[in-house]
Formats: sequence, C-alpha cells, structure tokens
Amino acid sequence: MSIQVLIPTPLRKHTSGAGQISCNAASLPELLGVLGLSYPELRRHICDEQGQLRRFLNVYVNEEDIRFLGGSDYRFSDGDEVLLIPSIAGGAS
Amino acid sequence: MTERYELQCRECRTSVGNRPSSVCEECFSPLEVTYDYDDIRTCLTRGAIAQRAPGIWRYRELLPVADEYEATLPIGFTPLVPAPQLARQFRSRRLFLKNDCFCFPTLSFKDRVVAMAMAQARRFGFEVVGCASTGNLANAVAAQAARAGLRACVLIPADLESAKVVNTQVYGARLVRVAGNYDQVNRLCSQIADAYHWGFVNVNLRAYYAEGSKTVGYEIAEQLGWRLPDNVVVPMAGGSLITKIKKAFDELVKLGLVEPKPVKIFGAQATGCSPISTAVKAGQSDIAPQKPSTVARSLAIGNPADGHYAIQAITGSGGWAEDVSDKEVVDAMQLLAATEGVFAETAGGVTVGVARKLFAQGRISPDETTVLCITGNGLKTVEALQGRLELPEPIPAKLAAFQEHIADEAEAVAV
Repeated sequence: MSIQVLIPTPLRKHTSGAGQISCNAASLPELLGVLGLSYPELRRHICDEQGQLRRFLNVYVNEEDIRFLGGSDYRFSDGDEVLLIPSIAGGAS
Repeated sequence: MTERYELQCRECRTSVGNRPSSVCEECFSPLEVTYDYDDIRTCLTRGAIAQRAPGIWRYRELLPVADEYEATLPIGFTPLVPAPQLARQFRSRRLFLKNDCFCFPTLSFKDRVVAMAMAQARRFGFEVVGCASTGNLANAVAAQAARAGLRACVLIPADLESAKVVNTQVYGARLVRVAGNYDQVNRLCSQIADAYHWGFVNVNLRAYYAEGSKTVGYEIAEQLGWRLPDNVVVPMAGGSLITKIKKAFDELVKLGLVEPKPVKIFGAQATGCSPISTAVKAGQSDIAPQKPSTVARSLAIGNPADGHYAIQAITGSGGWAEDVSDKEVVDAMQLLAATEGVFAETAGGVTVGVARKLFAQGRISPDETTVLCITGNGLKTVEALQGRLELPEPIPAKLAAFQEHIADEAEAVAV
C-alpha cells in the first residue's frame, strides 16, 4: 500500500531533511523494514536492538493511535498518513 | 547565567545540557533534569529553608531555575491539614490532606509546574507559551503568562467545564477549542510545537515543567516536621505528579533532610480512564491506551506519557493503584466537603474515593500516616454535582414565610 510517513523535526537529520516520505508497506513491521533499507540511521533511532519500535515513540495512522487499530496487525490502506511522534503526552491533572 | 542543572535521558543517560526539548534524540526516551546533589547538600539545610518565605522557592536549589532568576510569586506551600472526620470514616488514625485547592494563583497544583516552565520560557527566549490541557494547566499558563508579559495559546478539548474556560480566557490568553479528546489535543500540540517556535509547557518544556511537582513532596515532608509519610495517595492523569513526588522524597533522603524510610505510593484514577491502574492491577509494566470516558475530566488522559514510570514508582514502593466509578467520584467529593469542609474538584473525588477503597482493602494500614493529594479546587468542576444538590424554591422576605420554610425542613430532616 502506498503511504505517507510524516517525520518529526528531531528525526529529519536522518532523512536528509525530508519531513514526509512516501513508501510502500502493508503493515507497521513492514514499514519499519522498508524505512531501514532507505534510511538506516532513522531505523536505528526509532527501533531498539530487538527491532521493536521504541517505547516512547507513538505511531498515528490518519490521526488515530495505531494501538487502537490493532498495532502491528493493522493493514495499511492506500493513502494512509502515518505520523511518528515522541510520546510526551500527559501532564494536565 | 548560572544553571546548576541539566537535561539527561532517563534511559540511555546521555546528557544534553539545557535546551527546549524533552526528548532524547538518540533513543526518544524522555529527558529529565538532573542536579549536583553533593553541591546542594552543602547549602540546602533545614535551617536555611526555615529562613525563606513560604512557597515553592524555599526549595530553589532543587528546581530548574538559574541562580539569577527572580522568583517572586508566592506559589505553593499549600496547607497540609489533618482530616480527623474523614479519617474516622476510613478508620484511619492519622490522615492528612495536602490541599492544593488554594494554590496561588489559579487554585490547582498546576501553578507549581507552570512556574518552572515560565522561568524556562524566558531563558529560551520564547514570546509565546502554550499548552494542551484538560483545564487546570490552561488556567495556570494563562495567568502566569499574563503576569510574565508573554502571549499564551492554550488548546483544550472543546467540551471542557465552563469554569475552566472562563478561568483561561479572562487573562487574555488565546483559547483554541479542539473537537476531540485530550489525547488528540496533545498529539496536535506536539505537531504545533514542531512547527512553531513556541514554548509548550508540557511538550518541549516538559522536562523542566515537571520538576515543579516535586514541591508537593518537599512540602509534605517539611509540614510533617521533616518526616516522610507512610503512605501517599496521588491522582494520576499523565502520571507525572506521582513520579515527581517519589523523586522528591528520594532527593530529601539523599540530601539528609529526612530520615530514610519506606513510603508506599498509591495511584488513583477514574475507572472511565484507568490505563495506569489497570496496568498495575494486572501486573503489567506497559500501558494499553484507553479512550477516556469519565466525569473526572482533569484526569482524562488515555495515553499517559509518564504511565510507565508511574507504574514503576507504585510497584517499586510496595504501593498499589485503584480506580473508582463516576458515582464514587462524586460521592467522595461530597464526603470530603461534608467531613472536612474541603470542596475539591473531581480529581479530589478520585483521590478520596480510591483512598476509601485502599483502606477497605487493607492496603493502607489505619495506624500509619497517610497523605491524600487534593490537586484542585471544586469550583472548577461544579458540573459534576449536577443533580446532587437540590436548589430550594425562593421564599418571600417575610418572617412567617421563613418559619414555615424552616418548619418543613425540620420535619424533613428529623433524625
């Protein structure tokens, strides 16, 4: 599936400054693999040594947290917009 | 400028100096402020603290502000009051309320954390400060920004309680109401912070801001006579407050300001938004996010960024977490008001309601010293009491009318 991946500013140094990347992937694990091929530094920063997405990084698909969509089981659709965001929510008690 | 603190990654320990960022660029874990405790130990003594004015700045060396920063607002040092009537309900012998209902200037503990963010906003040259908020933070940012001469842009879920809305706009802040829940607002603010050079207190200034919560812990210890309590019950939204209270207690021990002793840390949530308490009760170390649905709007964060650390603080201390239904929340608000004369917002009802459960479960021993953290004023969430308090019909301004009215009442409340 053809998807757009939005890259936050702190990560753009690993994508030659690109804030948006188009790629083909069917799922999040596949997307991480694809990103690793084209942008190995990006992959190294967003995944840990076991290849898992780092704990404090959130993934949104069309503005919905991917964990509500099934996480790694979610199948992307054409045109999906994937946003990577460091998880610094909270703090409004 | 003399800054005796710096940012360090909580996971990989990379030090990054001071900058308006709360995320490690190596591993994307949160950054945290670290201090030179050996240096602080030489100057921060009980005697030195006693000489200072009441307020969060008593503990200044443990806060992320430069030596040159002129701190003038009398924030914090809120009452720690014994709660004997409420204690009797729980069969507790020693129960206290740490009462931030009266925190200056906007009546919630958020004034403490915003004070840190304002200091850093100046230092980093931001002209606009902002936040994502479920209400209390919005109020604090709007008020303190006005006083600091900074512009403020505050983003909230569109359906927030009216007092919180007015209490933000009145200071002149720009209020942006977002058609979504808090987690969506927060995600949007991360994107805005990425695109605009604004000081978002709970995004790019989060590491500094969060340190302000430690003052709740310092004050509890000082107000107990430089002693740590046995138990503390803390409401949890993003999970930051509970982790910072623990950090505060640990720092006081490290500095020799209190005797080391175990403190059990208990977290409180509403069942309608309980990602942290659910994880604790299931023995999990990771959070499964939820879609919040609770009257306790100030705690309605389904994806708590400090959830993982809150779990650690709780389980590492031998504490526990519980959650209560919306009915139990409002019951507890009324119980607190009727027993102790304290009108807390819904988060206070969550804390008291959970404390009731923890005592009933035997997780908190009645003989121990227990502190309940009441984080905000009840006037902020009066909507929660809808249907609970009957408005009496007006009477004519005549003595006879009053006598008739009171006679009816006497019959109605005959005990």
